[in-house]
Amino acid sequence: MGKALLKRAGLLIGTLLLVSVLAFVAFSVIPGDPTGSVLGMEATDEQIAAFRARMGLDLPVWQRYWNWLTAFVTGDFGQSFKFDMPVSELVFTRAQATLVLAAAAFILIVVISLPLGLIAARRQGGIVDRVVTVLTQVTMSVPNFIMGIGLMYLFALVLKWFRPEYVPLKDGLGAHLRYMLLPALAVALPKSAMTVKLLRGSILGELGQDYIRTAYSKGSSRGSVLRRHVLRNAMIPVVTFLAMAIGDIMAGSIVIEQVFSIPGLGRILISSIGTRDYPVVQAIVVLLAGVVVLCNFLADLLYRVMDPRIDGR
Amino acid sequence: MMLRVQDLSVVFRDRAGEEPFTAVDRFCLTMDRGEVVGVVGESGSGKSMTAHALMGLIQRPRAEVTGSAVFEGTDLLALSPEEMRRYQGRDLSIVFQEPMTSLNPTMRIGKQVEESLRIHEKLSRAERRDRALDAMALAGLPEPESVYRQYPHQLSGGMRQRVMIASALVLRPRLLIADEPTTALDVTIQAQILETLKDINRKEGTAILFISHDLGVVKALCRRVVVMKQGKIVESGAVDDVFYHPQEEYTKLLIASRPARKKLKGGRQDG
Amino acid sequence: MVFARQRKQADTKNRKQKNWYLTIGIVLTACMLIFITVGFFWTPYKPSALSAADREAAPSLRHLFGCDQMGRDVFSRTLEGAGSTLTIALAVLAVGAVCGLVIGALCGYYGGRLDALIMRLCDAVAAFPSVLLALVVLAVTGPGKYNVIGALGVLFIPSFARLVRGEFLKYRDRDFVQSARLMGVGDLRIIFVHILPNIWPVLLSGLTIGFNNAVLAEASMSYLGIGVSPTEPSLGYMLKDAQGVFFTLPWCTAFPAAVAILLILGMGMVGEGIRERMGVAS
Repeated sequence: MGKALLKRAGLLIGTLLLVSVLAFVAFSVIPGDPTGSVLGMEATDEQIAAFRARMGLDLPVWQRYWNWLTAFVTGDFGQSFKFDMPVSELVFTRAQATLVLAAAAFILIVVISLPLGLIAARRQGGIVDRVVTVLTQVTMSVPNFIMGIGLMYLFALVLKWFRPEYVPLKDGLGAHLRYMLLPALAVALPKSAMTVKLLRGSILGELGQDYIRTAYSKGSSRGSVLRRHVLRNAMIPVVTFLAMAIGDIMAGSIVIEQVFSIPGLGRILISSIGTRDYPVVQAIVVLLAGVVVLCNFLADLLYRVMDPRIDGR
Repeated sequence: MMLRVQDLSVVFRDRAGEEPFTAVDRFCLTMDRGEVVGVVGESGSGKSMTAHALMGLIQRPRAEVTGSAVFEGTDLLALSPEEMRRYQGRDLSIVFQEPMTSLNPTMRIGKQVEESLRIHEKLSRAERRDRALDAMALAGLPEPESVYRQYPHQLSGGMRQRVMIASALVLRPRLLIADEPTTALDVTIQAQILETLKDINRKEGTAILFISHDLGVVKALCRRVVVMKQGKIVESGAVDDVFYHPQEEYTKLLIASRPARKKLKGGRQDG
Repeated sequence: MVFARQRKQADTKNRKQKNWYLTIGIVLTACMLIFITVGFFWTPYKPSALSAADREAAPSLRHLFGCDQMGRDVFSRTLEGAGSTLTIALAVLAVGAVCGLVIGALCGYYGGRLDALIMRLCDAVAAFPSVLLALVVLAVTGPGKYNVIGALGVLFIPSFARLVRGEFLKYRDRDFVQSARLMGVGDLRIIFVHILPNIWPVLLSGLTIGFNNAVLAEASMSYLGIGVSPTEPSLGYMLKDAQGVFFTLPWCTAFPAAVAILLILGMGMVGEGIRERMGVAS
């Protein structure tokens, strides 16, 4: 187990390095640097040269990459071209909203999909199952930003339960979370639908296994068979799926931030792409890649912990 | 008389417009305490279905189970599923044909052997463990302590079948139904498992209803045998009589086909 | 044995029910395709035509889907946008599926070191949400229809390559392939004539998933303003455009959104139907 995990970890770090190279090189080879857009048309040659030297733009690419990478791992993400402040400060102040959104979405997915999947599987073929199956198919087909728009329409305009005006964390945790509920729901619903479907199929698959018959033959009740045997085994693929889904949740959060005007990483990422403020873009991309890689690693770890069969292979 | 089965029938009537399928047709059997009785038939003859019906493992809405099976004064077939649960695993238990898939792959062996104890008795963890190890030794598992902590995939088919036997025996039931317990195993391991079952019958006095498609195997273990074909009993009696002086064409065919284990015509496949 | 028997029946029952799924999916997809195809040749108004008189008009017989804040007919614009979204999705699929098919087939059939390396790379790329990666690529190349197609197409290659490779691994040592090889059939012929027809169901199901991901990615990116350029039509861009008037002119949002959802829903149901019918796991 240890060896396989170590190999996996090595692979993931390699992936991360690859992403960092791509992110860095991609923005270094594109024609036109930020000098023009930051200093304006009237900048003198000296001003431009000074700016380029200050930003390290006059060094060769590989040296800039090395400097950037070594600084990056110590938490120094460089200087934003557009906003005259360190990227790390910019990113970390903005990351709060995105993290709250992603965490809330993740919790919602778990809270929504586990009971629904369980009920659908228990009442297979029944009315509840059919309704859930149709609902999941439809919900899966709604892009999350459209889901956000729909929720906004329903809750803000029709029901008037929701004021579409961002409430930052400093105005109180309760109010902040209340605002975040709707965007989190928008991110969570399509993913929940997939989770329900996976869980339902997984439970039904386990219920058809021979070992279930063994459990019944020992005098287990239906509930106890579900709790002690089925759920644990059926959860293995679901837990892996959920851990892997965190990357998608982050990506979804970034899009949803646009819908609900949440000043998070997504907003700054999009605006920085527009202004070619690439230290910011690079930092966010590499950080998000880090999250994704970490989650994949976690998924792998959980899988190994939950399924003893992996061990022997 | 420990068990008297009379006119046990299992009929599937699953969908409207479809002809009902009779898997077991008026099956009768009596068993004394500590007796070993064999049931033989080709695959699809209804012998496994009979075992499942006796164990209360046939889900009622899909199939209709009629007749009576009086076990120590109680008609098992008349019990509700909840009442039947008190007998399952305690007074009667079953070992299935498929040792590779009949164990939960993510649960340690010890926990699975103990499961009946956990359901039927209130014992401390240590007591449960002792009795599980005891049953595992009885089932002929070498080094029960180390197997106790292992997972099914770490064991061979024969070992897994011994685990199944151990978990069936952990509460010392009066009747053990062995549903083709050796079919999926190698010949040498098959012989060892049969030996173990014999030992258990001798030492613990457990009655065994031994189901097989192999009359030779039944002959080695049982004194009495019932031959089934397409859900019906075609012949029954002392095993030597049936083996050496078969009355029915079908029984002769079963004996003749033994080495090659050929499927007989008219057999309905059900796995 | 009773459990197996019961299981089998549950399966056939399920399969019948899903065939019904396939029917609905095909009908829905066909309707959407007809709707969009009509849009390629005819729209009631010129999608970019401004009409001061009809500014902010609600849906009516004259303007089925209403008009936006500049008096453009939403129905015509939706037709055009859906056509453009469909074209982009199909182009992305073509790039991703064709390259993925070739790479996956060669990797799966020949195996070896190069295969291991390529698959590692594919795993790495496939681990990331495609929208995120496409955003980065578009940040470099700038917006535009062809950039979107290129970026998404390349990013879709790994998932197809992995899918096809897995299938080829399954078939390359089968008896019929072995015997074809013994009879002196060339590798390419084995790959495309002997093995490929067997993996159609899996490939088709993969294509439906890919199509939906492409529609989704394009719409999301255009909505973020990094997809197609503002002058090009697209459902995502229409939604971005409509966000400012979301509360006053909800029809500008509702209709393009509904078209996108129906497009994805129909294709999703087709895929689901294929999977259940052919008995392939997703």
